Amino acid sequence: MSPLQQFIEYSIVGIAAGGIYALIALGIILIFKSSRTFNFAMGEMMMLSAYFFYAAAVTFALGPFLGMIVALIGSIIVALVIERVAIRPMLGRPFIAVVMVTFGIGSIIRGIVGMIWGPNDLQIPAILSRSPIMLGEIFVPGKTARAFAIAVVIVVGLIAYLRYSRAGVALRAAAADAVTAYSMGIDVRRIISFTWILAAITGCISGVLMANVNTLTPHLGLVALNVLAVVILGGMNSLGGVLIAGFIIGWLEAITGLFLPTEFREITPYLLALIVLLVRPTGLFGTKEIERI
Amino acid sequence: MAMTVDTTRVSQPASPISGSMLWNGLLILALLLLPLVAPRYWIYFAGLLGINIIATQGLNIMMGYTGLLSLGHAAFVGVGAYTVALTQTYLGLPFWVTIPLAGISAAVIGAAFGLPSLRIRGLYLVIATLAAQFILTFVFVHWQSVTNGDVGLPVRPATVFGYALNNETRIYYLILAVVVFLMIFARNVIKSRVGRAFIAIRERDLTAQVLGVEIVTYKLVAFALGSFYAGVAGGLLAYFNQFVNPEQFGLLLSVFFLSAVIVGGMGSILGAILGAAFMTLLPEVLREGSLLFGELFQIDLGTVLTPLRETIFGLLMVGFLILEPRGLAQLWKRAKHKFSSGRSG
Repeated sequence: MSPLQQFIEYSIVGIAAGGIYALIALGIILIFKSSRTFNFAMGEMMMLSAYFFYAAAVTFALGPFLGMIVALIGSIIVALVIERVAIRPMLGRPFIAVVMVTFGIGSIIRGIVGMIWGPNDLQIPAILSRSPIMLGEIFVPGKTARAFAIAVVIVVGLIAYLRYSRAGVALRAAAADAVTAYSMGIDVRRIISFTWILAAITGCISGVLMANVNTLTPHLGLVALNVLAVVILGGMNSLGGVLIAGFIIGWLEAITGLFLPTEFREITPYLLALIVLLVRPTGLFGTKEIERI
Repeated sequence: MAMTVDTTRVSQPASPISGSMLWNGLLILALLLLPLVAPRYWIYFAGLLGINIIATQGLNIMMGYTGLLSLGHAAFVGVGAYTVALTQTYLGLPFWVTIPLAGISAAVIGAAFGLPSLRIRGLYLVIATLAAQFILTFVFVHWQSVTNGDVGLPVRPATVFGYALNNETRIYYLILAVVVFLMIFARNVIKSRVGRAFIAIRERDLTAQVLGVEIVTYKLVAFALGSFYAGVAGGLLAYFNQFVNPEQFGLLLSVFFLSAVIVGGMGSILGAILGAAFMTLLPEVLREGSLLFGELFQIDLGTVLTPLRETIFGLLMVGFLILEPRGLAQLWKRAKHKFSSGRSG
């Protein structure tokens, strides 16, 4: 295989992984937009959803289709409980306190999953076909390509929905100025719950896709920490930017694997996040509302 | 940004001989005499507690007083521990040089990670410190030639006048001395102009800026000081365990220190001490408790204990933040108040 071909293959695999990153990042950004809450538990919510899927599809032998529905319902319930029990009482409190709450929730979920399912890898039923896709000479692994397609369709669909639907307008109003939105008759609390539900859905789908491409372990949640780089690069409050940022980060991560020893892939996203913070803290597409003082 | 419901009160400088000073003196005396009466296991524990108190106090200075959240505190503790191991092995330096060096190197590395995001408000520092946690752990594991990877490095015991601090009791006195010194130092910093600047930044950075507090400088000072405490704690930990390896400084330890600060009460010197004590004792209680339950229900403990710990750390963080954001320090204050008013009334 020529080096160029290898480079292209790595790039495609990387960008494909970036599609899932964008899906996870979308969940984080939606919640951030609605309530200025940065959800550090996103990765754990995603991981828990994949375990729900495993429990329903394998343990209770419901098959992948019903399993997915059960996983979605379970994730939504968990998200609503988190929002109601832990996040809502923190409204109006300083943001680092809220960040710590979400961080604590992540720790709780990690612990509970570890206690129930143990630390070992689990195999979930394949919902994606393995057969590779050939683009001319270039070989794209089947699962990765299909996961990418699903993720991108959902991200684009959600962005379009939020662009044109009433709910989307209400969300943007609440994000711009919660008090004014409230006085105009928008139920801001419902908007917040709504974004948690959306985040649960994107988290659930990305979790199951991730577990399909890789395997299911309690470490699955750590992937979402890579996504922080996507969120920063895309700009904290830009829905559209997230997709492009996801591709960029996924691509750079894969390319690092080509030029540096593979273990460097673990820290590429963090190095990138630091570089973005240094060079352009508002991200590529974020608006500059972060005050510099 | 208001960290807590009511603001921290900066107390008046204490009069030379006050009641609290008497009590503190008695406490230190009791701690000095402790090894004479307590079993060895307790002394081991007290040493560990001392190290955790130092690191927790460091995080408290950053997080509790200045409002700078760090998710990478454990990694800075690790920097201190490796500094001790490396300077001792390659340069043969004695502990009274290596421990301050451990603090300084952690402060420098901490500031390097914090600098880009201290300029900006909000979430960015959180992400930068999380990056620090992962990048530094990565360096500990993968920079084989220096850190010896997963295996780690051995550390010789510290020596004082040719007298090796090679058992629990001997190292206990070293740790006790450092703890007392650093707690008094922290208290004095908080009472000084610098400490007031920290609190002003935490309460409302914009106002602080308008009032002439150089907030970027002071944030950097707070961050470096907190990391310095972490480094010193790491240095002591290296002498205490007589080895360092990357596994000790993972994300779980960072969560541990976060929980300790929150449980103890953010923005309180006493709180950090109480929080560290609570969190150090908790895993032991958990272990004993699960030993008991494990026998009752035939559960395999090895696999359950770590996730159980993670769950409980998380529950404590969330619970205290929602229900009692001022932590154990506030409960202690309330109990004391009740006690004294009960006596007079």
